[in-house]
Amino acid sequence: MVKGRMLQGARAMAEMCALCRPKVISAYPITPQTLIVEELSQIVADGDLEAEFINVEGEHSAASVVLGAAAVGVRVFTCSSSQGLLLMSEVIFNIAGMRLPVVMICVNRSVSAPLNIWNDQQDSIIMRDSGWIQLYAENNQETCDLLLQAHKIAEDHRVMLPAMVCCDGYVLPHAYEIVDLPSQAEVDAFLPSYDPIYKLDIDNPTTMGAFADPEKYMETRYMIQETMKKSLSVIEEVARDFGSSFGRSSYGLFEKYRVDDASTVVVALGSMAGTIKDVVDELRDQGEKVGILRLICYRPFPKEALYEALSAAENIVIMEKDISLGGSGAVATDMRAVFYGREACPRISGFILGLGGRDITVDDIKTTISKAQHQVADADFVGLKEDLELEGING
Amino acid sequence: MMKEIRVHARAGQGAITTATILANAAFEDGKYALSFPTFGAARMGAPMNAFVRIGDAPIRVRSQIYKPDYVLVQDPSLLRGFDVVAGLKPDGLAVINSTRKPSELGLKTQARVLTTPAARIAKEIMGRADRVNTALIGAFIAATGELTMEAIEKAIYTRFSGKAAESNWKALVAAYDEVKNRENGL
Repeated sequence: MVKGRMLQGARAMAEMCALCRPKVISAYPITPQTLIVEELSQIVADGDLEAEFINVEGEHSAASVVLGAAAVGVRVFTCSSSQGLLLMSEVIFNIAGMRLPVVMICVNRSVSAPLNIWNDQQDSIIMRDSGWIQLYAENNQETCDLLLQAHKIAEDHRVMLPAMVCCDGYVLPHAYEIVDLPSQAEVDAFLPSYDPIYKLDIDNPTTMGAFADPEKYMETRYMIQETMKKSLSVIEEVARDFGSSFGRSSYGLFEKYRVDDASTVVVALGSMAGTIKDVVDELRDQGEKVGILRLICYRPFPKEALYEALSAAENIVIMEKDISLGGSGAVATDMRAVFYGREACPRISGFILGLGGRDITVDDIKTTISKAQHQVADADFVGLKEDLELEGING
Repeated sequence: MMKEIRVHARAGQGAITTATILANAAFEDGKYALSFPTFGAARMGAPMNAFVRIGDAPIRVRSQIYKPDYVLVQDPSLLRGFDVVAGLKPDGLAVINSTRKPSELGLKTQARVLTTPAARIAKEIMGRADRVNTALIGAFIAATGELTMEAIEKAIYTRFSGKAAESNWKALVAAYDEVKNRENGL
């Protein structure tokens, strides 16, 4: 018997959230995050989790509620997607600036317009500059595992920054697969109750995030930047603890799959890495030296570790579900900066796939890898419909 | 070894339930499984797919299924306008809810085609001709033996409870027996 239960992803995530014992949950439903929030509100209503589930009129309020609750010193959770996350964005930056260890799941979805409810990773990628730690999951098991770790990382006194666990909308929360959730006792042993360094307290009044003039503001940014760099080792440490506590490996900053002797290494985030691994195995059987580095931690961006891991590669092929319009893919941009001016200088190609739910097929991945052998791509779109009238654009 | 199943239905006909039951049964049989629907803003009656992958190792591939081993068609009206057997492997199988003979359906495939009167069975047992999904599963299992009936029974009783579980199981067994009897020339 395979260990675990056959669960819908959203149910597994809601159960994992409850096992982490947040005291306050606030969220506003938005496709494809809705299932998780429905399951959670049921868990709270059934009395299976002692938490306040605060209903609000929109995502800006949901984020504000968890900000306030975290400020008085309790563990909190929220969850959103796409336009909901964008509506939260003002508060998202405030949460990081106030150094509150809020944890959220971003169920990744494209951004309007045109209105599209399907998966890509544009929504969370937009938040990359906010000061939140961002961890991307490949499957439902990992989403749950990272959610547990995210609380521990965020609340670590060396970190005290919010963390966002990103999972591909529909692809993960709407799928049924086997997930092995830990017991409450195991979770409690791994994740002790939140011990805030500072909190809003009427006996010891303080103000958070009030005002910083030009004499002070820059230092607040510097401190977050430095903390982000230092949190890389905390993320790795928590992943190691997780591995020894639960007997299931957690990869920390990234997962290397058949990378060590690879001349071509694909870099990708999230669920498409699973499909890419199958392609890697197939190409390996044909004698091609291909591997995939699945980036889990996108913020902080593990520059040195990536340089070490990829410096022997000849070709780095970045496949991502986002685009900085007018620029390049976000991950490709960051990856080029890692190698610029350094001794190792692999060819780095950037490809944009799967926007707005376009299916990423095995053939798409093979074509992309093959294309990258012959030319350096900046931000080439893969899988465009040839019958659409693009002639005017292509000249 | 991984087997891929593609379910064709209209939204509201229980294709996600079909896929979930198959995935659950695979899990009960000690295998790995992944099931998911074509995602969308579902309109009742709109054509849709659900997908199941079953394997001996964890399932990693997340794309839709383009070269299925098996195709299950819950609504015969989908044969008009949709190539339900597209990409079906030559040694695969299509199971179709239809009272007609496979040769009358005009499907362009080298694979075996099996028809089962799932709507009639559902009407007789549950009083609802549109609840065909469990009968279709019964015919599929009878034709392929891909999953054990013990596992399927557990999956049915996990998904449904009370009378719904009993009648769905009865419909599933009736369709299973109907295929087995035909195979045995009864």
